[in-house]
Order: sequence, then C-alpha cells, then structure tokens
Amino acid sequence: MPVTSDAISIEGVRKTYGTLKALDGVEFSIRRGEFFGLLGPNGAGKSTLIGIIAGLVRMDAGRVAVLGHDNRREYRAARRALGVVPQELVFDPFFSVRECLRIQAGYYGCGREYWPWIERLLDELDLASKAGATIRQLSGGMKRRVLIAQALVHKPPVVILDEPTAGVDVELRRTLWRFARKLHAEGTTVVLTTHYLEEAEELCQRIAILDRGRLKALEGTGQILARHPFRFLRLTLDGDFRLPPGLEPCVVSRLNGSLELKLKREEQPIGEVLESVRGAGFRIVDVRTREPTLEDVFLELTGERA
Amino acid sequence: MNVFGFRTLLVKEIRRFWKVLVQTVLSPVVTAVLYLAVFGHVLGERMQVFPGVSYTAFIIPGLIMMSVIQNAFANTSSSLIQSKMMGNLVFLLMAPLSAWELFGAYVLAGILRGVLIGTVLYGFGWLVVPLPLHSWAAVLAMTVLAGGALAVLGLIAGILAEKFDHLAAFQNFFIMPASFLSGVFYSIHTLPEFWRGLSHYNPFFYMIDGFRWGFFGVGDATIAASLLWTGGFFALCSAIALWMLQTGYRLRP
Ligand SMILES: Nc1ncnc2c1ncn2[C@@H]1O[C@H](COP(=O)(O)OP(=O)(O)O)[C@@H](O)[C@H]1O
Ligand SMILES: [Mg+2]
Repeated sequence: MPVTSDAISIEGVRKTYGTLKALDGVEFSIRRGEFFGLLGPNGAGKSTLIGIIAGLVRMDAGRVAVLGHDNRREYRAARRALGVVPQELVFDPFFSVRECLRIQAGYYGCGREYWPWIERLLDELDLASKAGATIRQLSGGMKRRVLIAQALVHKPPVVILDEPTAGVDVELRRTLWRFARKLHAEGTTVVLTTHYLEEAEELCQRIAILDRGRLKALEGTGQILARHPFRFLRLTLDGDFRLPPGLEPCVVSRLNGSLELKLKREEQPIGEVLESVRGAGFRIVDVRTREPTLEDVFLELTGERA
Repeated sequence: MNVFGFRTLLVKEIRRFWKVLVQTVLSPVVTAVLYLAVFGHVLGERMQVFPGVSYTAFIIPGLIMMSVIQNAFANTSSSLIQSKMMGNLVFLLMAPLSAWELFGAYVLAGILRGVLIGTVLYGFGWLVVPLPLHSWAAVLAMTVLAGGALAVLGLIAGILAEKFDHLAAFQNFFIMPASFLSGVFYSIHTLPEFWRGLSHYNPFFYMIDGFRWGFFGVGDATIAASLLWTGGFFALCSAIALWMLQTGYRLRP
C-alpha cells in the first residue's frame, strides 16, 4: 500500500479552539514528489494543519497519513517520513548548532552514520562557520537555516516548511528557494506555506488555498491562474470626462491619470471597453493589459491580501 | 522500541545538568552542608533521637534524601518548562518517541542527578560523622524510588505549569516544606498526636524514614511500609504522567 500512497493525505480534519473553528473539515492530498503550496491569509489554519500532520496538535475529527502511515496508529513511521520547519524561531539554548543537529538525528534513531550528512547540511546552508556556536548567538536568518537543517537531519522524504521566508532578507530568500528546489529535484516532496505569492507561483506545482479553516481552491498553479475569470486593463487617459456607468465599478485603482480596470474575460472584450471609453470623450494615451497574478486570485477567493 | 532515540534524550538530559554543575549539584550540596553545620552544631549535643545515634548522624540521611528529592523534582520540571517556554519542545514532540520513552529518559535523568548529589553529600557526611550502613539495598531502593517519584512529580508539574512562576510556587510552597517538615530534623514520635497520625499518610515521611532506616536499621516506620508507600506514590505519579504523555495533555493542544 505505501508504494502507491500519497505523500500526505488529509481526510475530514476538524479542529476547534473553544468556539473557533480553526479547521472545518479539510480534505486533500499531496502527491509524492510534488512541490506543493499551502496558502491562506493569517489565521486561516495553515500552521494548525501542519501541527496536526506532525502530531503536535490533536485533531477533533479526521484522519491524516504520511506516505500511507496513519499519523496516530503508526506515528513512528509517519514521523520518520516527515520533516517540519516550524514557523516560530525556536531553538535549544543549551547546545551548539552541531550538537543540536546530532541530538535531533538521534531522536529519529540516526547515529554517527548520519554525521557526514549533518556536515553536508551545515555546508549547504552556510552554517559551517557557526557549527560550534550556540544558537542563541546567531542572527534570525541563521536561526531559520538551523531550523531547516534540523528538519532534514533524518533525511525525510516529505518536508514541510511553514513560512520559511517570512521576515527574511531578499538574499536569504533566494538561497532558500534554491535550496528548496534542489531538495525537490532530489525527489523530496516539499510543502511550502508562504505569504509571498510570487514565491508560490514560481516554485509550486499545485496550490491549496485555505481560508478560515476551509479549503477554497486546490489546483495546478497554471490552472488556478487560467481559471480566474478576470484580467486587468491599465489605461492612461487624457481629458476630464466621466467613465461610462458600466465601467465605473470595474476600477480597482487610480494613479495620477492612469487607472486599472478589472474586466470579465468573457463579457467585457477589451475592444468594446476601449470604444466605450473613447465614446465618453477621453483620449487614450496608453493601454496595457495584465493577466491575473496569484495575488489577484487569492484576493478574489479570500477577500484578503496575503 | 526506539532505543537509540531514548538514549539520545537521556544523554541530552544528563548533559543539560552536567553543563551547569555548579548550579545543579554544587549549590544544593552547599545548602545541605550548611543545614548540617547549623543544626548539627546547635542541637548536636543536646538531642538524641535514636539510642546510640548522635543527632548530627541522625540528620545526615534526612538531609541527603531531602536534597535527592528536591533536585530530582527540579531537574525534570525545569527542563520541561524551559523547553516549553523556548518552544523547542516541538523537536521532541515531532520525533518518533513513545510516551514511555519520553517518560523513561526524563525520569532517569532526574534520578541520576539526585543520586549524584546524594553521593557527594554522603561523602561530606562521612567527613563529619562516619555513618553506619545497615542495608545497602534499602538505601539504594529508597533513593531510586523516592528520586523517581519526585522526578515524575516534576514531569507532571512541568506539563501543568504555564510559566516559571507556577513552578517556583509549587516548589517553594509544596515540595520544600513537604520535604523539610517530614522528619528530616526530628522523629515523628516527638510530634503531637495529631501531626504524628497525619505523618502516616505523608509519602515524604516514608521516603526520609525508609532511607534513614537503611543506615541505622531503626526508624519510625517499618522498612516495608516505607518501601510500599514510596513505591506506591511513584507508581501513582507515573500512571498520571504516562496518561498525560500518552494523550498529549497540555503538550499537544
Ligand atoms: N493553541 C491555540 N489556542 C487557541 N487558538 C489557536 C491556537 N492555535 C491557533 N489558534 C487559532 O487558530 C486559528 C488558525 O491559526 P493558525 O493555524 O496559526 O493560522 P495560520 O498559520 O494560517 O496563520 C487562528 O485564529 C488562531 O488564533
Ligand atoms: Mg502560521
């Protein structure tokens, strides 16, 4: 069975905190070898779901399996298959970076034979020069990289990164992207949550959008964008006239003399829109169209910015 | 069973107190030695609890046991609350370790810290008054059972506590007085009737009395009663702690 099973399967997962439904019947699967994006506004329930998968949070109902191993009945196998980078910068203040990694490997039953792998992780994540330092002494970006190394010490086939690039400078973001891509290329299933949608758009093959504990969309990144029924038209206009009444509600932004319209792909052909604008008396100085980004889709589905 | 994982956690917990020996071993030893100096000096000549046993000799086993149990408690509870406050407990909770493995590693490390302090104190005591040793087996059994019981109690307190203050309060208002007032400095025969009766339901009294019996062969209770009460308390606390670890009570929200 595990040979054909999904990397992670989530069935009917519910979780309430008091009266808050943090997860309200979430159900989807992440395929093996996939680069998967888990998106949603703050408080959507992403970290709660990751906690449930990792066994850090108890679900009220539902079932989760990692590589076909039920995460409660076969928790050892499920946890061995999984590496999680938590959202918070947590660390053990008592030990050096290298010690922490060796201890973490030990919890998974991985001894000295994993030490060369740990050295490689230190190298690849640019931590080698700090291997003997205690984690308290490291910068935020370095702490983040230690967390990533810590999640990988036991060579898990499935890795979940919970907002690894939040509050991280551009250079480190690039480094982390490259690292995640390499990990994926080597066959690891990578699950990423992020607030930077261009990041998800660039990296992820499929995307799930979670909002207030419910799954709002789950599709290939390309499809999710193509399915979006809108596109955008930016016009630079000359003249002080009124827009035709039908177009006024379509304006999403105005910026000194130019305005952006959100148009229905099927019902508002660009040619007709331009004619009606000209008909209202305007002279059209410049025209640009833009396909929707993930940000637009996200806004459409959740009513919030990422 | 994840033997290697268990061993890793055990060694980590030992290294945690080993790295700060001054604080975790030396400081409690100094405290106990000061008690010994003050009480032994003030009351040494004036009191005799058991026939043929000097007062100074009488209080040494009590002071050792008090230090063992206070530090076994401190080890597990402080380790757990620290990991909780720092958030690094998730690394352990995500790992393929069973409730029994977590329990065993934490408790064993707590017992070992108690034993280490007890051994050092025994050495100091030897310099003051060489103690008789009636039964090695009783001394060892009482150390392991009492140290274990308090290490488990520390585990429970660490799971329940939400911040250091809670733990400090429990330590200062319960563990300290309970271990202090359970016959370290006197025989319960000198107590008023009511308190003497109550002592027979106090596990701490049995921990100290049974341990002292191991040295002198006399005590307020029988060694069987002491072993049973201490062992029973250990078992009860263990059942509670294991239930907490198994269900994820407070640790896995
Ligand atoms: N331990 C907890 N106790 C109470 N509420 C919680 C707890 N953890 C998360 N929540 C709530 O559950 C919701 C989902 O949180 P979270 O999973 O962290 O969202 P996300 O990671 O998508 O930002 C939020 O409203 C959050 O406040
Ligand atoms: Mg989160």
